[in-house]
Amino acid sequence: MARAVASVLGRNGTGAVVCLLGSMVVQFQDATGKQTGPRIDLPTDSTPAQLELLINELRKATDPTEESQGKVPYSCYINDVEVLDSLRDTLESQGIVNGEAVINISYQPLAVFRVRPVVRCTDTMPGHTEAVIHVSFSPDGRRLASGGGDTTVRFWDTGTSLPKFTCQGHRHHVLCTAWSPDGSRFASADKAGEIRLWDPATGLAVGQPLQGHKQHITSLAWEPLHLNQGKGERLASSSKDGTVRVWNVRTGACLTTLAQHTNSVECCKWGGQGVLYTGSRDRTVKIWALQGRDGEAGFGKLVKTLVGHGHRINTLALNTDYVLRTGPFDHTGSLALDAASPMEAAEAKYRKFLEGSEGRERLVSGSDDFTLFLWDPLGEEGGKKPLARMTGHQQAVNHISFSPDGRYVASASFDKKVKTWDGRTGRFLSTLVGHVGAVYMVAWSPDSRLLVSASKDSTLKLWDVAKGAKAKETLPGHMDEVYALDWAPNGASVASGSKDRTIKIWRA
Amino acid sequence: MPQHDYMEQHRKKHGERLDREERLRKKEAREVHRRSKFAQKVHGLRAKLYNAKRYKEKAQMRKTLAMHQEKTSKRANQEGAPEGAVPAYLIDREGVSRAKVLSNSVKQKRAEKAGKWSVPLPKVKPVADDEMFKIMQSGKRKAKSWKRMVTKVTFVGENFTRKAPKFERFIRPTGLRFKKAHVTHPDLQATFCLDILGVKKNPSSPMYTTLGVITKGTVIEVNVSELGLVTTSGKVVWGKYAQVTNNPELDGCINAVLLV
Repeated sequence: MARAVASVLGRNGTGAVVCLLGSMVVQFQDATGKQTGPRIDLPTDSTPAQLELLINELRKATDPTEESQGKVPYSCYINDVEVLDSLRDTLESQGIVNGEAVINISYQPLAVFRVRPVVRCTDTMPGHTEAVIHVSFSPDGRRLASGGGDTTVRFWDTGTSLPKFTCQGHRHHVLCTAWSPDGSRFASADKAGEIRLWDPATGLAVGQPLQGHKQHITSLAWEPLHLNQGKGERLASSSKDGTVRVWNVRTGACLTTLAQHTNSVECCKWGGQGVLYTGSRDRTVKIWALQGRDGEAGFGKLVKTLVGHGHRINTLALNTDYVLRTGPFDHTGSLALDAASPMEAAEAKYRKFLEGSEGRERLVSGSDDFTLFLWDPLGEEGGKKPLARMTGHQQAVNHISFSPDGRYVASASFDKKVKTWDGRTGRFLSTLVGHVGAVYMVAWSPDSRLLVSASKDSTLKLWDVAKGAKAKETLPGHMDEVYALDWAPNGASVASGSKDRTIKIWRA
Repeated sequence: MPQHDYMEQHRKKHGERLDREERLRKKEAREVHRRSKFAQKVHGLRAKLYNAKRYKEKAQMRKTLAMHQEKTSKRANQEGAPEGAVPAYLIDREGVSRAKVLSNSVKQKRAEKAGKWSVPLPKVKPVADDEMFKIMQSGKRKAKSWKRMVTKVTFVGENFTRKAPKFERFIRPTGLRFKKAHVTHPDLQATFCLDILGVKKNPSSPMYTTLGVITKGTVIEVNVSELGLVTTSGKVVWGKYAQVTNNPELDGCINAVLLV
């Protein structure tokens, strides 16, 4: 008799699998913890696709405004572990055996569009006569700009993959390029500390070069479009000389010089709430208020200093990076039609993004001490303490990128690995192994499902974040180290620039 | 020769001769004539030495003149940016070796077909058979002499076993067998102790190649997997060729240069 019961109960008679045979009671809740619909008895072999269907129905039943949206893809989590195959597998892997308890399933919306993975090199664009150091797509993804060691800035047409303009003027290697969020202005900075502005429509220089930095410029950051009445004419630049300068590019004036860092400033990011984040080799992140008009008192005031890293900070990333970068453009690269002006479109997009991420901007800093810190710099708790210290890399972290929806962080390191982290909690998710040289850069697809990384080993690798550690595709073709990488904001293509002096365009 | 500073003392006490400048000028003016006379007179070994010395002096003089000219002559402004551009995140990062990725695997394949490599040691002194092999007497009366012993360093494969004595014409002594080589990467200027995979070519004779004899100038294949080199298609390179630069049989080690 006992034996018979055991065989009914489960494979080894322990009873651990008992409850998972049939069904269980679950309660859906959204990312903020708000409950959706009543408790439901679900079969344990439900798949993510079925759960997604159910969530859509529940949301439509509770909220009539959802009706208009159509079907939205969702991913489901039980205790922060994503349901990938079926409910049963996830529960078993967590050792949840109590069939009586109510299981909370939280869900998060995914991008409604899908970006097709890039698999082939469609174009190789020669032109630069020295290494290509920086490539950047315009916010609508239709144009590409590159800066090279041959001191030129080149504009390319991504539709035909042909050169459009060659801009000469810099006197040293062009290190950074940056498009303004509305795509009408373009700045490039060189190793001699000079910033030049170009008109992306004609390829001609605009105004005089902005001079002031004494050493090479490490990064450029445009003011988000929804700040300062949508003028979008302010630009911040960080330099090796330890200063950050804020410029008005229309007048060519240096509005302020932020000089409290005691060592080279490696990265600057202009946040959507009117503050500038700067990370420096003096191991601190500083936050500066850049709100209001140019000459106003308090413009360029130091708000906060975030201390925590044990070695020089190399890079910063904001969860709003993608939203701020694309400004008024949506994921297809077209302007939103219902907004009155580009500024309002940009603002609406930014507000909508913040709603989905608890109303906060989050910052990640990567450092030579092999760790990353996740900060909530403007949060209620003062933001001076990090939310999480993310350890695991075995060499300096060179580049970090937040996924466009803010759910993931990817970090590239000299230890040849890419690691992904949860963008909200800083929890470690996976290590992406495959490169045989230092990884220089990572870039996300606009739908946050795919990741591409550029490495010293002359290859790019494409990763599917949900599928784990193995590369989905290896993209060989460059003859030398790949220095620069960018995924078009409209998702159509990936551009990579290499030491072999070519730019390659990769498409689906 | 003055044995003390009495001349200086005298000058200090009484001053210089009044015609000192004039005498110096004349002495200097006569100097060239004196030299010329000597140069015309001298012959034999002395002439050779003198000319060599004079040649060096003149070269130095020309260099000095050119340097002075450079200072005064006007040139176009140094416009071109320096070579070797790297992104901002790699500037002043020491310890990051800038090894060139081996982009010429095609070239190497072609060279392999032709059996030619552009090698650091293009000309190698051929090793003759009688230097390479020692004749061994065999047979009950030691009357036969068809056996040879290789007197140079050899490489035998991983699972090599000797043949039966009756069939073993060439004996490769165990004391002269090598498995590892110190290989220098010419771009990195770094040396690694790498496993030998095989002997690709011994320039002296194809027979030495088949025997695996390693002499100066021999091209060997080494296992470079730990250097992390990558082909253009993204695959890890593990076998590469290197040329031996020393005389292993004399030095007791193999030094080689990687053929990039």
